[in-house]
Amino acid sequence: MSEKIPGEDQLPTPGQVLPLAPEPQSAQGVEPGQASGTKPADEVPPPPAANRVMREILSSNWLMTLLAIVLALVVASILIVVTDENVQKAAGYFFARPADTFQAIGRSIGGAYYSLFQGAVYNFARPGFVNGIKPLTETLAFAAPLIAAGLGVAVAFRVGLFNIGGRGQILIAAAVAGWISWSFPLPPFIHMLVAVVGALIGGAVWGGLVGFIKARTGAHEVILTIMLNYVALYLIQFLLKTPGALQAPGTSNPKTPPTDPSAVMPTLSDLLTLLNGGTQVGSFRLNVGFILVILATMFVAWLLNRSSTGFRFRAVGENPHAARVAGIDVKWVFVLAMIISGALVGLAGSIQVLGTNTSGFGDGIDAGIGFDAITVALLGRSRPWGVFFSGILFGALKAGGYSIQAGEGIPIDIVVVVQSVIVLFIAAPPLVRAVFRLPAPGSKPKARRPRLTAEVTR
Amino acid sequence: MKLELQGITKRFGSLVANDHIDLVVEPGEIHCLLGENGAGKSTLMNVLYGLYQADEGSILLDDAVQHFSGPGDAMAAGIGMVHQHFMLIPVFTVAENVMLGHEQTRAGGLLDLAAARAKVREISARFGFDVDPDARIEDLPVGVQQRVEIIKALSRDAKVLVFDEPTAVLTPQETDELMAIMRQLKQSGTAIVFITHKLREVREVADRITVVRLGKVVGEASPTASNSELAAMMVGRSVSLTVEKTPADPGEAALVVRDLSVIDPQNQYVVSHVDFEVRRGEILAIAGVQGNGQTELTEALLGLQPRTEGSVTLDGVEIAGLAPRRILDAGVGFVPEDRGEDGLVGEFTISENLMLDRSNGAPFVRGGAVQKAVLDAFAEEKVREFDIRAQGIGTAVGRLSGGNQQKVVLARELSRELRLFVAAQPTRGVDVGSIEFIHKRIVATRDQGVPIIVVSTELDEVVALADRIAVMYRGGIVGIVPADTPRDVLGLMMAGESPESAGAAVAPAVTTTGAAQ
Ligand SMILES: Nc1ncnc2c1ncn2[C@@H]1O[C@H](COP(=O)(O)OP(=O)(O)OP(=O)(O)O)[C@@H](O)[C@H]1O
Ligand SMILES: [Mg+2]
Repeated sequence: MSEKIPGEDQLPTPGQVLPLAPEPQSAQGVEPGQASGTKPADEVPPPPAANRVMREILSSNWLMTLLAIVLALVVASILIVVTDENVQKAAGYFFARPADTFQAIGRSIGGAYYSLFQGAVYNFARPGFVNGIKPLTETLAFAAPLIAAGLGVAVAFRVGLFNIGGRGQILIAAAVAGWISWSFPLPPFIHMLVAVVGALIGGAVWGGLVGFIKARTGAHEVILTIMLNYVALYLIQFLLKTPGALQAPGTSNPKTPPTDPSAVMPTLSDLLTLLNGGTQVGSFRLNVGFILVILATMFVAWLLNRSSTGFRFRAVGENPHAARVAGIDVKWVFVLAMIISGALVGLAGSIQVLGTNTSGFGDGIDAGIGFDAITVALLGRSRPWGVFFSGILFGALKAGGYSIQAGEGIPIDIVVVVQSVIVLFIAAPPLVRAVFRLPAPGSKPKARRPRLTAEVTR
Repeated sequence: MKLELQGITKRFGSLVANDHIDLVVEPGEIHCLLGENGAGKSTLMNVLYGLYQADEGSILLDDAVQHFSGPGDAMAAGIGMVHQHFMLIPVFTVAENVMLGHEQTRAGGLLDLAAARAKVREISARFGFDVDPDARIEDLPVGVQQRVEIIKALSRDAKVLVFDEPTAVLTPQETDELMAIMRQLKQSGTAIVFITHKLREVREVADRITVVRLGKVVGEASPTASNSELAAMMVGRSVSLTVEKTPADPGEAALVVRDLSVIDPQNQYVVSHVDFEVRRGEILAIAGVQGNGQTELTEALLGLQPRTEGSVTLDGVEIAGLAPRRILDAGVGFVPEDRGEDGLVGEFTISENLMLDRSNGAPFVRGGAVQKAVLDAFAEEKVREFDIRAQGIGTAVGRLSGGNQQKVVLARELSRELRLFVAAQPTRGVDVGSIEFIHKRIVATRDQGVPIIVVSTELDEVVALADRIAVMYRGGIVGIVPADTPRDVLGLMMAGESPESAGAAVAPAVTTTGAAQ
């Protein structure tokens, strides 16, 4: 095909080993440049390298995902064990009483995972079900923005785009949501919904901008999103320092006023308290945001799997050339996908401001969610419900991480290690296969680039 | 080296792609594998080359059982494979490609390029290839690239060489040269497995012919068998190798192309100032050596070329400059030349591929949602109608054999209400039985009054289908001649001779029609 798919050949990504040749066409009796048989290099773009890497990663099956998680937990166990002082001590006299060492190891690992469970699912040490179940609600509360942003990244992935711009999109969305909360006095709940919609629009604009520039100029979305992260960050920092903008009146801190209570997302406790006739039930932070996230997941599932728009998204993600020949407007798909992606990430931003942190925020409101979302999307293989559950897993790791640190004195960084190792193994299926001696799906030939009349191989 | 395959069985899920296949290839023999699309030829060769593991059966080389866990093992054992799509690195030189994978180094870990160059020269000289070791792959024509693949295999002392549909992308001249090379290799004792759908080639070089159908060996054919005997054996029924068609009954001109040019990013005219028209109910075949602007011309008609000049009207409406979507909606059906790249989404199912260019409305989309039931019913019907061999409509198209992939594209494009049908290489890689079917469908479409453009580099196909033939050379149309124009005249026109002088050179009696303007 002759028209360039914008941006495809701008940036070599890790999966791209070599620039692929222009389609060689024999031209006997034809001097090059006359009725040229060879097409110039930039005319026949390679399939987006990102797509190939993504496809490789996303096509790994659920078993691989599960094994990656197991492996990550094993690696984490080893780290926990070797850094545990009791184990070290017992190992000092290993040959005298080896059983001590094993006991210490067992206690160390068991203790860590038990307190992870206590921090993330159910705490038996607390009296009563309402108190006991609080960790699970914490997990879900942490999960909600991760899922929302993960869905956004996943939608972009499915179109073959890397949305690294979650941070910027969250910042913009958060600013819009916050600004609506303290600028427009509206009835409760409606106020919240308006603020959420504002955040969605903010994220959509910030994401859509990427799609627009990419479609217009062919610039690579990775560069665009990263740059727009900075633009958003410094813009927010500027607004936070400008009285009358985002800065709380009467202070000189780069911090916003608290979210207006009528725009705050009602929590599970609020609901239960209402049902209970006004008596306070629990102190759950889990809020309406989680319901919005469930709705968002259902929407994305419908979008990608049932809608014609999603059909076009996937076609462009898998083979933009065939999509173009089939009359699909590839550039518009890029724009639309980035708008939807940005809006979903924006939902995460609204949950942050209207739910997680309602006492006023600074430029750290994204709390790393923009980047964690990439991991969540990868782990969920960019399938909507996959993202949902991987978001919950990450929420659990976050919630449990604090309790491991508090209970066992294991640094919370171990959670980051687990997260990173999961990604490592997801991204390296051959490694996982090798470790578990699974048969390679290479009982089929390796992906080759079809040329001329080549068969579509995978 | 003698190659023996014993009882090779390969299953994909419930599908048995190879069912206890036995095959012996003697040294110095060209052994042709013939079979329908999806018969299991490529699968068998991929087993031989270590890309697939056989579920049963064994591979023997000189009576020793082999165990290949990957192509590396197969190569080391002396098996070479020339894939239909080449596995060369475009920006590397010939010598670099040849040594890739078993690089020899000199002291200090430096690559011994000189040795590789010498090797290329030595093999080239042995077989009379004209290959410059320092040429970059991307600058070479396809035929030469294929030779590099052969050199690469030979440089690793391949004693068994597999060619899987090597001629699908070659010009007739390149094909003849390849045949000569294969004969030479055979003389030097190489055992050759040759897969092709072109019966002419089979009869030209084969020493023995094994016919595979539905994963089983159904017998041997003699190289002296006639085309129709071979075809019948392959397909299991008699196949008519000539297209039955009544003379065209053309209506008024539907597609009118005036002074159309396509300019590539280097500011070259790849199609220059062509004029032609196609009438309702006629097939205009565009002949020519690959790379003379045919691809760009068809893409320009579909709105896929960014820079064009001139005018294209369909039923009186200007379509030049419209977006592909609008042109498709105007009733243009298009079979792109490269189905893997432009025609199909390999990861999509057969059903999904069948709606690929109709994702914007009825019947498959209502209220923004894909009507899965409608689509599946449609897909079931088309799979039956076009005899697409697959496990089901949910099979990913990338898993189909080449010919069946092509049928998916045709099924999609011929199932719409058409006002113009443009097919580039409609039967590339398709077996004789399916060629018969596809040609029939194209003729039937013509008889419904649809104007048709068929681009083909196969003169057989051009002559079989055309009502008129336009010959392209260096981006221009040399002439438009009637379908009964002698082949040698067409041959000369494809080299750039005007129809008049070509006709004069061959037989003074041939005249050109007024259709050529
Ligand atoms: N990786 C795979 N997974 C599932 N099925 C496959 C796979 N590869 C091939 N098949 C199936 O196995 C059968 C044999 O395919 P194969 O490619 O060997 O046919 P072929 O004889 O080479 O046909 P063609 O002449 O069209 O190239 C087909 O039905 C095909 O759909
Ligand atoms: Mg094949």
